[in-house]
Amino acid sequence: MTIPVARREFLHVTGVLTGLLAAGSPLALLAPSRAWAVDLTSLTSAEAATLLVATRTIAPHDKLEDAAYAFVVRALDAAAAKDEALHSQLKEGVASLGAGFAGGSESVRVEALRRIESTPFFQNLRVQTLLVLYSTPLAYAYFGYEGEAFSKGGYLQRGFNDLRWLPDVPAADSGPVLA
Amino acid sequence: MTRIDQTDDGAVVIIGSGAGGGTLAHELTRRGVKVVLLEAGQRQSLASFSQNPGEAFGQLTWLDPRTQSGSWDPVKTSPTLPVWICKTVGGTTVHWTGATPRIRPWELRARSTYGDVPGASLIDWPIAYDELKNYYQLAERRLLVTRRNGNPGLPASNNFKVMYAAAKKVGYKRVHTGYMAINTRPADGRGFCIQQGFCVQGCKTGAKWSALYTEIPRAEATGNLDLRTQCMVTRIEHGADGKVTGVLYRDGAGQEQRQKARIVCVAGNAIETPRLLLLSESAKFPHGLANSSGHLGRNYCHHINGFIWATFDKPVHFWRGVVLGGIMEDETVNEPKRGFLGGYHLELIALDLPTFPAVGMPYGWGRDFASFIDDYRNMAGMFINGEDLSQPTNRITLDDKVKDANGLPVAHVHVDEHANDKAMRQHARMQGTKMYEAIGAKRVVLSPTTPATHNMCTARMSAHPSDGVANAHGQTHDIPNLFISDGSAFSSPGSANPTLTIVALALRQAEYIARQMTARAI
Repeated sequence: MTIPVARREFLHVTGVLTGLLAAGSPLALLAPSRAWAVDLTSLTSAEAATLLVATRTIAPHDKLEDAAYAFVVRALDAAAAKDEALHSQLKEGVASLGAGFAGGSESVRVEALRRIESTPFFQNLRVQTLLVLYSTPLAYAYFGYEGEAFSKGGYLQRGFNDLRWLPDVPAADSGPVLA
Repeated sequence: MTRIDQTDDGAVVIIGSGAGGGTLAHELTRRGVKVVLLEAGQRQSLASFSQNPGEAFGQLTWLDPRTQSGSWDPVKTSPTLPVWICKTVGGTTVHWTGATPRIRPWELRARSTYGDVPGASLIDWPIAYDELKNYYQLAERRLLVTRRNGNPGLPASNNFKVMYAAAKKVGYKRVHTGYMAINTRPADGRGFCIQQGFCVQGCKTGAKWSALYTEIPRAEATGNLDLRTQCMVTRIEHGADGKVTGVLYRDGAGQEQRQKARIVCVAGNAIETPRLLLLSESAKFPHGLANSSGHLGRNYCHHINGFIWATFDKPVHFWRGVVLGGIMEDETVNEPKRGFLGGYHLELIALDLPTFPAVGMPYGWGRDFASFIDDYRNMAGMFINGEDLSQPTNRITLDDKVKDANGLPVAHVHVDEHANDKAMRQHARMQGTKMYEAIGAKRVVLSPTTPATHNMCTARMSAHPSDGVANAHGQTHDIPNLFISDGSAFSSPGSANPTLTIVALALRQAEYIARQMTARAI
C-alpha cells in the first residue's frame, strides 16, 4: 500500500514586478510608499515585465499608470501557478513575442501582437486584460466610474438625471421622481 | 417546508423556476395543486446578490458547457457562451432588465403577415391576440408594469435624455421610458427603484419583478410547493401508453433520484428544454419526446441584437440609473419598403465599466479601442431588439463530443442568419447611428451580435401537429400530460422582450391544466 505524503503549498517566489505609483494615484493615499512590487509565483521577472507591456499595448490608456496593468499580470501569474498548461502557454507566448518586444515602439508591438492574434495565448491575454484591468479601483478612478451604488442609496438622489446639456424629457414620456 | 413523496404520482412536476416555471408553480399551487419544482441552480436573495459585476455573473449565470456553430457572431466573439441566461432559483428573471413590451397582433400572425419567405419556417400563433390580450393584462397587473394600468413611467435618466433627444431630432415619435416591471414606489411587497444601474446583478431593492421573491415564496406559502434546488433533471420517463410518469434527476449531492408525476411541465429555457426532451428519447420515442413533427429543437430564435454606443464631448454618466429604461417603438412596424420584414425596437442600455470592454466591444484591442473607452464618462448606449425569422436549420441538438458533469451530451446551438435578419440589423444600426450623429456624437461604435439573452421557439405551439411541438396551451401534441411552459413554446419571436409573454402564457396554461385536472382529462 502507498502512504499518502502530506504536502504543503509553499509560496515559492519566482520573480518580482515593480514600479512607482503616479504622483496623484488613488492608491498613493493608502500605500506606505510610492514604490510597488508584486511577488510572482510562476513567472520570471522578465516574463512579467513583457506581459505588462503586452497588456498596455492591448489596452493603451496612456495616463493610466502601470500599477493598474500590474493587476492583470498578477492575476495571470496566480492562475499560472495553479495551471501548468496555462503556465506553458504564457511562457511560450512571451517567448514568441521576441526579445525586442518589450522595448519596441508601439507600432512594432502592435505588429507583433497582430501576428499572434489568432493564438490561444493572445486571446487569453486579451480577455484577461479586459476583465481584470477595468475591474481595478485604479481604472474606476481613471474612467470616472462610480461603481455599485446600493450602499449609498443608489443614484436616485446622486445624479441619475443631472444631465443639463440636453432638454429634459417631457413628463408624458418620462415619470415622476419619488421624493 | 412541504415535502411531496417521490412516489406520489399525483403531483405536477415543473422543471425550471423562471418566468414560466415560477409563475406556473404559483398559479397551480394557489389552486390547490401539489407541485414539485425542480431547479438546477441555487437560491439567492436580495441580501446575497453581489455588487461585484464579475462575481454576480458567476453567481447567477448558467455556465455549464454548451457548444455552437454557424455564421452568427457569438461563434467568434463568445465561443463558450452562445447564450447568457441564469441558473438560479427564479431563473433568468433574476438578471433580466425588466423590459415588458407586448408582442404585436400582426407579429402573432407571422406566416400570414410575412407570407412564404424562402428559407424561413414561419407559422401563425394558434392563439388570437384578442385572447392573449386578456393574459397580457393579467401579467401586467401582476408584474406592476409601468405605463400600464395607471402606473407612472420610470423617470428619465441621463442616458435616456440622450436617446430621447436623438430620436426626436430624426423625427421619431414613440419614445418613452418604457413598459418596465420595475416599481417606482414600494408595492406588492417589492421595494422601489433607487436607480442603481445594477439590474443585471440581481436587484437588491426588489424593485424589479423576479419570480425569486414574488411567485416562488407565494407558492411556498400555499403549502403545496416542494421546491428542490440544485436538482438537474436528466430524463423524463414514460409508460407503455406513452404518457409521462415522472422524471429522473441528480440532486445537489450528485445522487440520482426519481420523482413520479401526473403531469410534467418543462420550463428550462429554450436551450435546455429541447435538450431534455431530446435526452429523453426511448424505443417508443426514438427522436426525443414530443417530436413526431421533427420540429423539436428547430426554429430557434434569439432576436436580432447588438449595441449602438456613442460618445459626446460632455458627460452622460450612463451607468447611473435603470439599465434598460427607455424604448423607441416607431420601427416596430412591418414596412417591407425598408428592405426587410418585421420590426425592431431600440432600447436604452448601459454597461458597468468591468463589463463594458469585454461585452460591449467584443473583439476589440489596441489604440482605437482604448481611445473609445477613454470617453466612458461621455458615453450613451442603445440596444437593438428585433424579430428574427424562424429557420428549421437554426436548432438545438445534442453534442455527442462534449459531455456535462453527469456525462450527458451538452446542447449545441447552430445559428445562420437569414438575409432578412442581416437587413434588419443593418437598418437598425443605420438609424441608431443617424440618431446619435444628429445631436452631435463624436463617434458611434456598433457591436457584433451578443450572446442571446432571449431564447425562443424551439418547442413551438402550432395549430397543426405537423408544424410544431405543442398546442395552443403548450400541451405537447404527442403526449397529453407533458407541457412546454417557457419561451420554447413561442410560435414566433416577435420583437418584444419575451418575459411578459412567457408570464402571460404561464397564467393561461395554469388555468388550462387546473381545468383539465379537475375534469380528470389528464
